[in-house]
Amino acid sequence: MTAQERRHKVRDISVRLLQGGKGETLIYLHGAAGMPAWLPFFDALAARHAVLVPEHPGFGASDGPAWMRNVGDVAMYYLDFLDEMGSERVHLVGHSLGGWIAAELAVRNSSRLASLALIAPAGIRVKGVPTGDNFIWSPEEAARNLFHDQTYAEKMLAQTPTEEEADLALTNRFMAAKLGWEPRWFNPGLERWLHRVPVPTLVLWGAEDKFLPSRYAALWGERVPGAKVELIGECGHLPHIEQSGATAMKILKFLESVAVKPKRPRARRTP
Amino acid sequence: MKFTFFHLMPYRPLDLAARHKHRAGWVVLPNELYDPHKGAEEYHSYLEQLSQAEELGFDIIAVNEHHQTAYGMMPAPNLIASALIQRTRKAKIAILGRALPLVNNPINIAEEFAMLDNLSKGRIITGFVRGIGNEYHATGINPYFSHERFQEAHDLIVAAWTRPGPFAFEGEHYNLRYVNLWPRPYQTPHPPIWIPSMGSSETIRWAAAPERKYTFLVTFAGRDLVARYLNLYREQARQFGYEASGDQLGWASPVYVADTDERAREEARAGVETLFNDFLAVPWEMLMPPGYTSLASMKNTIKVRKALGAQKRHRLEDLMESGTVVVGSPRTVREQLERLREATGANNLVTMLQFGVLDDRLTRRNMELFAAEVMPHLRN
Repeated sequence: MTAQERRHKVRDISVRLLQGGKGETLIYLHGAAGMPAWLPFFDALAARHAVLVPEHPGFGASDGPAWMRNVGDVAMYYLDFLDEMGSERVHLVGHSLGGWIAAELAVRNSSRLASLALIAPAGIRVKGVPTGDNFIWSPEEAARNLFHDQTYAEKMLAQTPTEEEADLALTNRFMAAKLGWEPRWFNPGLERWLHRVPVPTLVLWGAEDKFLPSRYAALWGERVPGAKVELIGECGHLPHIEQSGATAMKILKFLESVAVKPKRPRARRTP
Repeated sequence: MKFTFFHLMPYRPLDLAARHKHRAGWVVLPNELYDPHKGAEEYHSYLEQLSQAEELGFDIIAVNEHHQTAYGMMPAPNLIASALIQRTRKAKIAILGRALPLVNNPINIAEEFAMLDNLSKGRIITGFVRGIGNEYHATGINPYFSHERFQEAHDLIVAAWTRPGPFAFEGEHYNLRYVNLWPRPYQTPHPPIWIPSMGSSETIRWAAAPERKYTFLVTFAGRDLVARYLNLYREQARQFGYEASGDQLGWASPVYVADTDERAREEARAGVETLFNDFLAVPWEMLMPPGYTSLASMKNTIKVRKALGAQKRHRLEDLMESGTVVVGSPRTVREQLERLREATGANNLVTMLQFGVLDDRLTRRNMELFAAEVMPHLRN
């Protein structure tokens, strides 16, 4: 499938956006490494949904307003984004930093959400379970620690980015630090408010995640009412890449379970 | 010319083989490698050297701040400054500097400096820095906001020193209902502020502004960069409509003097090479956390680094050739320092006469030779 790339402006902020597929709207919020290329994972979701992949403000080629200083600000921006779109049933999928943004959005206002799928989300902290320090890792350590299957890491390390790609990666790293450096990848308040997520929620986690350990998944399951937690085997921090088929399948199955069933006409009881 | 004797206070007993099992001598270097008994001896030696510098005729003795590292044992340099006040009578005492963005209430720094200024009856020179990138890993402070916090902390500290209190301070990072410093600083309007820097054009412009005219120090740079940055400051001052005085300019450099060039090289080698390769060296990710500099200057730094190629071990000869260190006979050292003074008009030389593993005996001889054979010739 070919995705469309365009710019999208909400209030005074213009962001880059990838778009593909038809159906109910599904918005994918990317992680700290920035907006990925259109992935096979998106193709799988786009078979049944209108998939939108916005590049967060401050990342890549999107506008980066100075006032956007924390993940709460980004979540409020996406509430504006949803209002402007006007859809009443949006499926929100967020990975890592994107999962954190999605959760912050959902506890603030979930009136336009139909469901929430979080893939190895940042945003909360489990005491005594240290996360990886992505800001101290060398590029090689980062590649190796993000994947379980090291052939993915080798492939990533074998690529030499163009100057433009390197510049975008640096921009993304700056914004990632702005949002996630301190406290490292979490908001101490978020865990207290996760009971306010009223929509069906799926939490997916790579069982071998070396950045945000899969032990975090259980706490999400405890805090978000009715959340379904599933681990994905032989998988690191990027399930949508390393196990894209299994990850897409689990999300599609979940989305099917929350789909609005066509109402059967009720037999009228005659008095 | 004014002479500063500057000390980093490295932890010399460091097991260097053990050090290289870790990514740096900073932040992640296990503190089991620090032996308090040996460390205490180091403190005593270094305090001795600093107070001896006054006797030898140095105008200023100076210390600085680094965290979680064998590179320097002064996470709290004001404690050392306080000890030095008691051991000295007339030398100025410079704290070059305190890393403003790393604290959550800069008033603490304003208060400590004001106390030191009172205790010393006005012998304090303060330094304001952001700390190097490693410091943001050590403290957890977000490097993205480093510049913002520095500016705001600076404004708050200077206001606390000069504005009648109590007043309220309303900032982005710091918000205080009551700013009302007790004690006020001894010097009027406040102790001198120096800006040690690796040299960025933004910092130079800011330091040179007429309302500040802060003394600008280039640290750890080759002679070409020292000349370039100091002349950039002069140029900035001219654009602001005034001529910068030599007192506003200085540079810092390890210096080693012995009776011959050859002997100087031989004696300085271990000290210089351990300083750069074992104590100072850190990986890029630690030195340059994202946001620590502007995106544009980070891109520039990356380009320069790429052009330089893979980082190899620093050799004494290379560091001497670039003028990052000055090592030689009294005559060689005099000539090199003189040349840089002429090229920059700088009136402040900040010497590091102990560096790396350089032992007490050689340090003492270096200090004495520098004071006897170099200092008098450069004193205008």
